[in-house]
Amino acid sequence: MQPDNVERYWSSTRSLMFVMLFLWIFFSFIIHMFVRDLNTIVIGGFPLGFYMAAQGSLIAFVVMLFIFASAQDSIDRKYGMAEDD
Amino acid sequence: MATPTQTQKGDFTQNLGKIYGLYTGGFFAFVLIIGALEQAGVPNKILGYLFVGATILVYAFIGILSRTMQVSEYYVAGRRVPAFYNGMATGADWMSAASFVGMAGTLFLLGYDGLAFVLGWTGGYVLVAIFMAPYLRKFGAYTVPDFLSERFGGNLARFCGVIVLLACSFTYVTAQIFGTGLIASRFLGIDFTVAVYVGLVGILLCSMLGGMRAVTWTQVAQYIVLIVAYLTPVIILSADKYGLPIPQLTYGQALQDITALEQQMVANGLADAKTLKPHLEPFKTYDPLNFFALIFCLMVGTASLPHILMRYFTTPSVREARVSVAWSLFFIFLLYFTAPAYAAFSKLEVYSNVIGKPLAELPAWIYTYGKLELVKICGANAVDPAAVAAACGKVAGHPGVLRLQDFGINTDVIVISTPEIAGLPYVIAGLVAAGGLAAALSTADGLLLAIANALSHDIYYKMIDRNAPTPRRLAVARIILLAVAIAAAYTASTKPADILAMVAWAFSLAAAGLFPALVLGIWWKRANAPGAVAGIIAGFAVTTYYLVGTRYFAPSFYETWSFLSTATPAAIEKYNTLKQAWLSATPDAQAAAWKAFDTHAQSIANWWGVRNISAALFGLPVGFFVIWIVSLLTPAPSKEIQDMIDETRRPRGESILAATH
Repeated sequence: MQPDNVERYWSSTRSLMFVMLFLWIFFSFIIHMFVRDLNTIVIGGFPLGFYMAAQGSLIAFVVMLFIFASAQDSIDRKYGMAEDD
Repeated sequence: MATPTQTQKGDFTQNLGKIYGLYTGGFFAFVLIIGALEQAGVPNKILGYLFVGATILVYAFIGILSRTMQVSEYYVAGRRVPAFYNGMATGADWMSAASFVGMAGTLFLLGYDGLAFVLGWTGGYVLVAIFMAPYLRKFGAYTVPDFLSERFGGNLARFCGVIVLLACSFTYVTAQIFGTGLIASRFLGIDFTVAVYVGLVGILLCSMLGGMRAVTWTQVAQYIVLIVAYLTPVIILSADKYGLPIPQLTYGQALQDITALEQQMVANGLADAKTLKPHLEPFKTYDPLNFFALIFCLMVGTASLPHILMRYFTTPSVREARVSVAWSLFFIFLLYFTAPAYAAFSKLEVYSNVIGKPLAELPAWIYTYGKLELVKICGANAVDPAAVAAACGKVAGHPGVLRLQDFGINTDVIVISTPEIAGLPYVIAGLVAAGGLAAALSTADGLLLAIANALSHDIYYKMIDRNAPTPRRLAVARIILLAVAIAAAYTASTKPADILAMVAWAFSLAAAGLFPALVLGIWWKRANAPGAVAGIIAGFAVTTYYLVGTRYFAPSFYETWSFLSTATPAAIEKYNTLKQAWLSATPDAQAAAWKAFDTHAQSIANWWGVRNISAALFGLPVGFFVIWIVSLLTPAPSKEIQDMIDETRRPRGESILAATH
C-alpha cells in the first residue's frame, strides 16, 4: 500500500466527516435559532420553524446518513480500501 | 439447533425477509382474530391477557430457538446481522417505554420546547455514523470497555469504561422493567409486582440462552409490533377526521385549530394568558440556552450509550455498519415524527371537547383515566362526575365550566387514550398496550445484555480469569445476566422515584464519560492510556458532581457557586428567607421548612442557568481537554498501537481483534 494513497484516503474520509459534522450542526442547532422568523412562513398549517424541529431536521438526518454511507463507500473503493463484496 | 452449522445459519439469514414477512402477516391476522373475539363478546380483560401472553410467548420462542453455545454468537450474534435488520433491532433497542408512551405526552405539555427530545433522540445517530460505528466494527471488540482497553492498552481504561457503563445503564434498565409493570398494570389490570416479574421472565427467556443473537432476532420482532401499534390508531384517527391516512401531514390543520382555540380560551377567561403555553411558541419552558444544551447532550449521549454502540458490532462488514446506522435512524424516525401528531390531535380534543364544557358534560374517557389516577380535575383524581363536582366546588369562585388551569393530565395518557378518544374498538387499545410492552422489553433486553456482557467479558474474563474455558465463560455470562436482571426487577418493584428520575441522567453521564475517549481513541492517534483514564474520570466526575450537587445538595451547591448562579435578586431574597425559616423552625416543622428551602434551592443551584439534565455541557469539554493535555504530557502510544489505529481506519482486511478473543 502506498503511504500517500493511505494519506489521501484518510484526508478524503476526514473531509467527508467534517461536511457531515457541519450539516449536523446546521440541522441540529443553527436552523432552530431562526425558529421565530421561520414561523412566519406557514405551509399546510405548519409554521416552518416548528416543522423543521418536528420533521424537517429529522428527514435531513435520515437522508444524510444514507448519503454518507454511499459517499464513504465510494471513497473506500476509489482508494482500494473497501471490503470485498 | 443448539449448535447450528454454518449452512443452517446461512439459510436463516437468507430467508429473513420471508420469515419476518410471515411473522408480520401472522401478527395482523392475530389482531383481526382478537377483533373478532371482541365482537363475539369476549371481555376486554381476556383480550388484554391474550395480547400480552401471545406476544411474550412469541418473543420467548424466538429467544429459545436462538440459543447458542458459541462465544461470538453470544456476544455479537456471530457478526452476521444484515444492515436492514440490525436497523430494526436498533430501533427497538433504542425506543424505550418512555419514547413509546411518554414522548407524545411531553410534546402535549411542552409544545415546541418538547421537540428538543425529538431532535435530541434522533440527531445523535449522525454522530454514531461519522465518528463511531464503522471504526468500532472494524476494531472487532465485544463490548465498549473492550475497545477502550485494547485501544489504550491496559485494564484501567477498561475498568473506567465499565463503571461509566454501569452508571448509565442500570437506572435505565430499572426504568424499563418498571415500565413493563406500569403498562401491564394500568392498561390490562394485572397487579404491578406480578407484571414486573412476568416482564422479567419475558426478558430472561429472550436474552439468557442466546445472548446477543437471541436479543437481535427478538428485537426485530418487537420493533414490528411496536411500530404497528404506534402508527395504527393515529392513522385511523387522521383518516377519520381529515380524510387522509397520513397523520404527519394532516396535523398541520390541527396545529392551526389549536392556536385559534388558545386565543379563544384566553378571551373567554378559560385560560390564564400568563400560564398558557401556546403550542407553537418556542422557548416557553426552556430558554434558548437550555433548549440547545438539551439537544446537544441527548445527541452526544445517544452516540455514547453502550447498548446502542454494541448493536453495530453485529453487522457482517464495516460497510453494512454504516448503512445500518442509516436504517436505524429511519426506523426510529417513523415513530418520532409521528409523536407530534399524537400530541396535536390529543390537544385539539382536549381544547375543543373538554375545556369550556360544563363539569357535568365531560367526555367519558376523562373518568376512565381519572380512575387510574392519570387525569386530575381541580386537583383531585377525576374518578366520576360526583368527585369532579366536589373537587371544583371547593375552588373559590369556580364558574362551573372546566378551565384549562383545572385540568391536569399525566403524559402517559396521550398515546394510550387515543384509541378510545377516536372511538376505536378495544382491540386497538390492546394493540397499543402490546406495543408499549414491546418497547419496554426490547430496550430492557439490550441494556441488560450491555451490563451483563461488561461484567462477564470485561471484568470476569479479561480481568479475573484469562484462562476460563468457553463453557465456563458462557455459564458465568448467564449467571451474571440473571443476577443483574433480578436486581433490576427487584429495584423496579419497589417503585423507586429517585431511580426513575435519574434515567434522564444516563445521557449526560454517557456523553461526558465515554464520548471523548471513544472519539479521540479513533480520531487522534496521540491519545494515550493516561489521557483516556484521566479524561473519563474527569468528565464523569464533573457531570456527576453537577447532577448530584444540584439535585441532592442544592443549598450547599448554591452557596459554593452562588457567583455562577443566574438567580434573580428576588430569588436570592426568597432563598435567604426560606433558609432563616428552616433554621428557626421548631423540630416538628423542620421537615416541611427544609423541603420548601431545598426545593427553592434546586431552582437556583446552577452554573450559568444550565439545567441539571444537560450536565454534560460541562463534563464533555472537561473530558476532551483532560485527554488532550494529559496525553501530550505523557509519552505517545507505542508504534504497535498507532499502527493498529491506522488499521482501524481502513475497512479492508480482518478485524483488529481475533474473532474469538
